[in-house]
Amino acid sequence: MSALPPYATTGQRAWYYSFRVICGLIFFFLIAPIMVVIPLSFNAQDFFTFTKEMLSFDPEGYSLKHYRDFFGNPDWQDALWNSVKIAPAATLISVSLGTLAAIGLSQPHVPFRRAIMATMISPMIVPLIISAAGMYFFYSRMGLAGTYWGVVLAHAALGIPFVIITVTATLVGFDHSLTRAAASMGANPVTTFYRIQMPLILPGVISGALFAFITSFDEVVVVIFVGSAKQQTLPWQMFTGLREQISPTILAVATILVAISIALLTTVELLRRRSERLRGMSPS
Amino acid sequence: MSDMTDTAGPVLAADGTPLKRSLARALRRQKLRALLLIAPLLIFILVSFILPVVDMLYRSVQNGIVTNTLPRTVEALADWDASTGELPDEVVYAALAADLKEAAEAKIHTKVGTRLNYENPGMSSMFRKTGRKAKKFDLEAGGPWKEELIDINKGWGEHDNWRTIQTYSPTITSGYFLNAVDMRVGTDGPEMRPEDEQIYMKLLGRTLWMSLAITSCCILLAYPVAWLLANLPARKANILMILVLLPFWTSLLVRTSAWKILLQQQGVINDILVYVGLVADDSRLVIINNQFGTIVAMTHILLPFMILPMYSVMQTINPSYLRAAKSLGATDWTAFWRVYFPQTVPGIGAGSILVFILAIGYYITPALVGGTKGTFISNQIAFHISTSLNWGLASALGAILLAVVLVLYWAYDKIVGIDNVKLG
Repeated sequence: MSALPPYATTGQRAWYYSFRVICGLIFFFLIAPIMVVIPLSFNAQDFFTFTKEMLSFDPEGYSLKHYRDFFGNPDWQDALWNSVKIAPAATLISVSLGTLAAIGLSQPHVPFRRAIMATMISPMIVPLIISAAGMYFFYSRMGLAGTYWGVVLAHAALGIPFVIITVTATLVGFDHSLTRAAASMGANPVTTFYRIQMPLILPGVISGALFAFITSFDEVVVVIFVGSAKQQTLPWQMFTGLREQISPTILAVATILVAISIALLTTVELLRRRSERLRGMSPS
Repeated sequence: MSDMTDTAGPVLAADGTPLKRSLARALRRQKLRALLLIAPLLIFILVSFILPVVDMLYRSVQNGIVTNTLPRTVEALADWDASTGELPDEVVYAALAADLKEAAEAKIHTKVGTRLNYENPGMSSMFRKTGRKAKKFDLEAGGPWKEELIDINKGWGEHDNWRTIQTYSPTITSGYFLNAVDMRVGTDGPEMRPEDEQIYMKLLGRTLWMSLAITSCCILLAYPVAWLLANLPARKANILMILVLLPFWTSLLVRTSAWKILLQQQGVINDILVYVGLVADDSRLVIINNQFGTIVAMTHILLPFMILPMYSVMQTINPSYLRAAKSLGATDWTAFWRVYFPQTVPGIGAGSILVFILAIGYYITPALVGGTKGTFISNQIAFHISTSLNWGLASALGAILLAVVLVLYWAYDKIVGIDNVKLG
């Protein structure tokens, strides 16, 4: 499809362009719902649709009032603060344990590799409502339900599959003779890990960390069940907001979250390319 | 090799041990080191995730409450034969009076009432009303208990209620599971519930049907996009890829709220349709809080999970196959259908299973845009956990859902391999 050959028939030409139009529509379907939120969040009215003033680009129709509400309202601020406190802790746990395990899994001889891998990926596969219910019952009995650490542990478990997947992916191309070379020159395993292996797999570890972070930062089902009002996070607040009194402040929050996602996505993409370059693969 | 060792004796390693043993030891050490690296995470996952899920599954058969609250009654009732159609005799009633007095003093009589109410509606109030008077029972002088209890609440004179108590006295029950598949324990073994009470199987059917619809929509939309991405020059494809990855990275709640805003009756889509003149202002389309809303929103949310596996498969297909087919006289369609499409089937399979697994357990999106007709089985589980507090039934429904998911997970592992999951 790179280019239309000069000998193409009319039918082929028609198909070539209509196919591009179809693809364009699908891309539009993918991206438009997210983009539509951004202008609406500057609405001066409390409506969820474009007002006449907005469509005629009248400055009167736009305002920052929903953003002011978000930054001024203690409910939203508490929620933001909770999210910011929970996600990094959960990420730290998933990344440190996940990276170690991924290195272990990439060794040439691991007994029960498949079963272990399946177990570690399972938090991604098991429906969230089941994980949430199970954790709620179990953590209540342990006295962890409704506590900060309960939510952190739960979110760490949910983030682990992403760390495992991204780190094992970078380890696939890892040349094990490098560690042997380091050992032959007298480096102990810890030095080898920090000086040789870590710099090479770092891009994978960081993308895994970003995935784990966004998993915790976006998570709502488990935190509703395991957490209490004191751990109310941003998505939780949005969920209640959407369910009960749908307030336009949600649009401002959504826009901020979209900006965060764009930043994270850019970081991950840059890391992925760097990692491919480092490992001598052509950037695709 | 074996010949050599036979003639020249065992090959020795540098320290003098036979090479075979030395190698075996090195291998063992290597395995041990790998396991030591894995162990912390494995223990963490087992304790923080697997154990809670297993514990929840156990709740779906656990039923200690009747025996624990009414121990004497359960013992006395063991000899009673429900099939005769007669009420139990005085001994059972006396045991019940003693149990109820004790339970009412500990304030746990309502719990057993609630439990039995799941199976036989009306029993909750029986226990509550009787419990109020039970504290004043004089076990020595009172009685005869049969008349007295029936006098307090005539439910104690109903054969059906006694049968329920007897049926649910063992500590392990299949009751919740029967309930979850719309059955109940009748006079002679399990039987289907009346037509109008059969909700869960219908709900599971709807969940499966809608997940299938979402998966099919995803296949239809993802295929052209994946094809375009795989066949464009790398630079252009990378830019377009961002359009696929951005939704993937955007918060689920942002996407769900976007759809809620778009699909509302006063929302953007209806406004545009009215503006264009396709729909009259007083007959705006109802496209939210029904199955349509759920399918559209979830197709959008899960589409990247379909595009990415398809794309990675299509990338590996050599374009010269298509050219070869065409040079042999195939039309565009034949070349695509007979040569290209069969090679993309693994990608379609991988994407479909992934999307289906994720769709079947969704909770947030159906809860927000599904109304009453577009909800999934997850929403019913959440309802039983947080609103009706029937945790046993919630666990049984969860176990059924989990079983479906695990079968698919196993199939995914067989077909694609867990290690081949790619993220972006």
